[in-house]
Amino acid sequence: MKYEPVIGLEIHIELATKSKMFCSCSADYFGAKPNTHTCPICLGLPGAMPKANNEAIKFTQKFGSAIGCKLLLSSKFDRKNYFYPDLAKGFQVSQYDLPFSEEGFLQIKAENGDLKKVRISRAHLEEDTGKLTHATINNRRVTLVDFNRSGVPLMEIVSEPDVESAQEAKLYAQKIRQTARYMGISDADMEKGSMRIEPNISLREMGTKTLPSYKVELKNINSFKFAEKAIDYEIKRQTEILNKGEVPAQETRGFNEQKGITVSQRSKEFAHDYRYFPEPDLPPLHFTERQSEKIKNELPELPDEKYQRFIKKFNLGVYDAEILTREQKVAEYFEEAAKAGGKAQISTKVIANFIINQKPNIEKFLPADLVSQIYRKTQKTYIPDDELEEIVKKVLGENKKAVEDYKKGKDAALQVLVGAVMGESKGNIDPQKAKAMLENLLTH
Amino acid sequence: MTDFSNLTIHEASKLIQSKTLKALELTEACIGRAKKLNQQLNSFITICEEEAINRAKKVDKLIANGQKMNPLAGIPIGIKDLFSTKDIRTTAGSKLLENYVPVYDATSVYSLNNANVCIVGKTNLDAWAHGSSGENSDFGPTRNPHDLSRVPGGSSSGSAVSVSSGSSLAAMGTDTGGSIRLPASFCNVVGLKPTYGRVSRYGVIAMASSLDCIGHITKTVYDNALVLNVTAGEDGFDSTCTAQKSDDYTKDIEKSVKGLKIGIPKEYFENFDWKIKNLILEAVKKLEKLGAKIEDISLPHTEYGVATYYIIQPSEVSSNLARYDGIRFGKTREQFGSEAKRRIILGTYTLSSGYYDAYYLKAMKVRRLIRNDFVDVFKKVDVIICPVSPTLPFKLGEKVSDPLQMYLADIFTVTASLTGVPSLAVPCGFIGDLPVGMQIIGPDFSEKLLYQVGYAYEQETNWYKKTPKI
Repeated sequence: MKYEPVIGLEIHIELATKSKMFCSCSADYFGAKPNTHTCPICLGLPGAMPKANNEAIKFTQKFGSAIGCKLLLSSKFDRKNYFYPDLAKGFQVSQYDLPFSEEGFLQIKAENGDLKKVRISRAHLEEDTGKLTHATINNRRVTLVDFNRSGVPLMEIVSEPDVESAQEAKLYAQKIRQTARYMGISDADMEKGSMRIEPNISLREMGTKTLPSYKVELKNINSFKFAEKAIDYEIKRQTEILNKGEVPAQETRGFNEQKGITVSQRSKEFAHDYRYFPEPDLPPLHFTERQSEKIKNELPELPDEKYQRFIKKFNLGVYDAEILTREQKVAEYFEEAAKAGGKAQISTKVIANFIINQKPNIEKFLPADLVSQIYRKTQKTYIPDDELEEIVKKVLGENKKAVEDYKKGKDAALQVLVGAVMGESKGNIDPQKAKAMLENLLTH
Repeated sequence: MTDFSNLTIHEASKLIQSKTLKALELTEACIGRAKKLNQQLNSFITICEEEAINRAKKVDKLIANGQKMNPLAGIPIGIKDLFSTKDIRTTAGSKLLENYVPVYDATSVYSLNNANVCIVGKTNLDAWAHGSSGENSDFGPTRNPHDLSRVPGGSSSGSAVSVSSGSSLAAMGTDTGGSIRLPASFCNVVGLKPTYGRVSRYGVIAMASSLDCIGHITKTVYDNALVLNVTAGEDGFDSTCTAQKSDDYTKDIEKSVKGLKIGIPKEYFENFDWKIKNLILEAVKKLEKLGAKIEDISLPHTEYGVATYYIIQPSEVSSNLARYDGIRFGKTREQFGSEAKRRIILGTYTLSSGYYDAYYLKAMKVRRLIRNDFVDVFKKVDVIICPVSPTLPFKLGEKVSDPLQMYLADIFTVTASLTGVPSLAVPCGFIGDLPVGMQIIGPDFSEKLLYQVGYAYEQETNWYKKTPKI
């Protein structure tokens, strides 16, 4: 029997808001000393109440709009009740039946090169939990809780089960990251934990359309590479079970990086009943059609739009356009450089190649500097021949020793003279041309 | 020492601000009384002698310097031990929080401190505010000063008793299903459950968040308005707290009730102690004599009140108590008493998948119907008058083994909680030596009107002057 994977993804992204989701503590906790970004609200102290962060709501709506979701005009927060030592209040404030946005999609390039739509059921907002660290202190094994992360705004994007391979899952997740970065709402860095991927995987008989009776959720995935590995492993594992005529168990499995395998964490019998109910401390939220329109109209250019525009406007190949639009900063850098290059009559193709191949440090190197560097490298000579001859003569007059050496047969001396000419012309000359002129004048 | 135990805030404030009475003198008297009576009444869990004395000295100094002060300056008050008080332990009446010292003040406490009140202490309560008698406290039951063998009503038991017994001139309480109105009624004091959202809940340990109201207990209606003047208002920390401006609640409090339409809901006058019923109807007659018009009305969904309340409230309780999971606060879940456990189990069940629609969601729908009853009625009448409790203060131990009987003590109070409308409990007489109270209920944010009605009635009757013999 042949099987095909049915994969849906839940992706969590921490929003780069100034303050946390429900309090005024700084949300920028990365690297901070444990429990220094805390207050009664994010510690869940008795009596403390949440106050919703409007910036986080805007970010979620912006992202939802960017992935083609419709923004709900009536929304609310709900409590998701469960126990875990990193969960200060014993419930997480999340969104259940009225998320900020629903029914969108992203396009990825399928393995056969075709564009493929992955439908997105919703993008909603919730709060992050604290973080547990297991340690040994005074020979005692202990678990420490750091609440710096508690209450950081977390956006969850849930896809439909449209993904069919580990490769597609990776592409989809990368597209989510790219879009989040384009919207300026998160650095979506998997290593730092500001983006987390949880794939749901099951297999069905090739050609059938119904969803399988089970699904396996994968957790503990810290990079795109591991996401791919974990999914591939899971496909293999489930195929083997199905081939034996059995059905894989519905469960949550964790990915073990060292061994490259998935391990059962929680089975269906222990599945949570989250007992969702409307968060009574936060009144429902209402928005107008005009507000949603405004969010949509004010979206920055999306990665796909930029990609298409780059191909058209700059005459780039799909490969170059894809690489240059991968990151907004690079895309912007290229556009600046292309503008500057236009004045110096350097083709966008040349600039694109330079950026792609040389990978200049775009933080330090101004686009205009890049253009003049390319100019220098590509122009045969910058200085007219008569001026060059004068420079060469001057150099010969000033470097008697090197001239003598050269005449004695020391070829290296010529390099000294070329260097001197380059220096004199401030680099604005093709070294080959300087060399030729030097040889000419030295031998005559 | 002079006996100040019968002073009202209104009187004491005038004396303090005119430098006739020192805040220190009054505070020391109240602290002394609180300490002395606590062995009998057990109305305080913690007495804050040092803090109160320091505050009183500060007030006296400011007044000596000619500083204009809020009428509450130097007034000794009690705070239900459910309100977070910075650096003062806050137990919620439970051993689980026996050693918990908050790092912040509840917004209402902050406002009261800004008005320079003297906090006498943290008052006793049914643990987590679960209860109608005060007997559920892990720190022992509070006793009714009018009859020591009887309960003072709960859950703001210590607050009502501290005011009634003259240990404080006012006390903060919370009312989720009647927890201010019931003890006020049982102890012959005035208790306000404001409109939901009128007073910030921030910092008050949550029982059932969509029902919890922050109110207070005083000897007189005027005093009650003085306190609301300080606690009411918008709070950036409580999103459910209204942005609607609060009133000056003492201004025009003497306004006559002439022409005012008072509704008497028939559902609240069926099948209970006829003596209590008669006292309430007498009170209504008194108001009629003062010029109010009395109308018979109906609130048809009243009978579903307790059932609805006992779905929604435990559901929220189960979620709100989840943070006391044994990981922090130094004590484990073993410290939860049987009432808290009962509500956690009930609420967990009613929120569970498969039961949510049948219980929680259905209850929320009925809640809307009950609210619509009130909205409709307030198109016809200005206020509603009804009893607070179907019974007189009962004996300690009488209902502890029967939770359902205990829950039914709330039968007349839960509807105002479910609908969010304000209700003022005002003393309206005695049966034997036991006090009886009535509720004056009005539309959303009509506290000012409730005070005018309560004040007019109080001027005629002065029940508050009948203090317990202790």
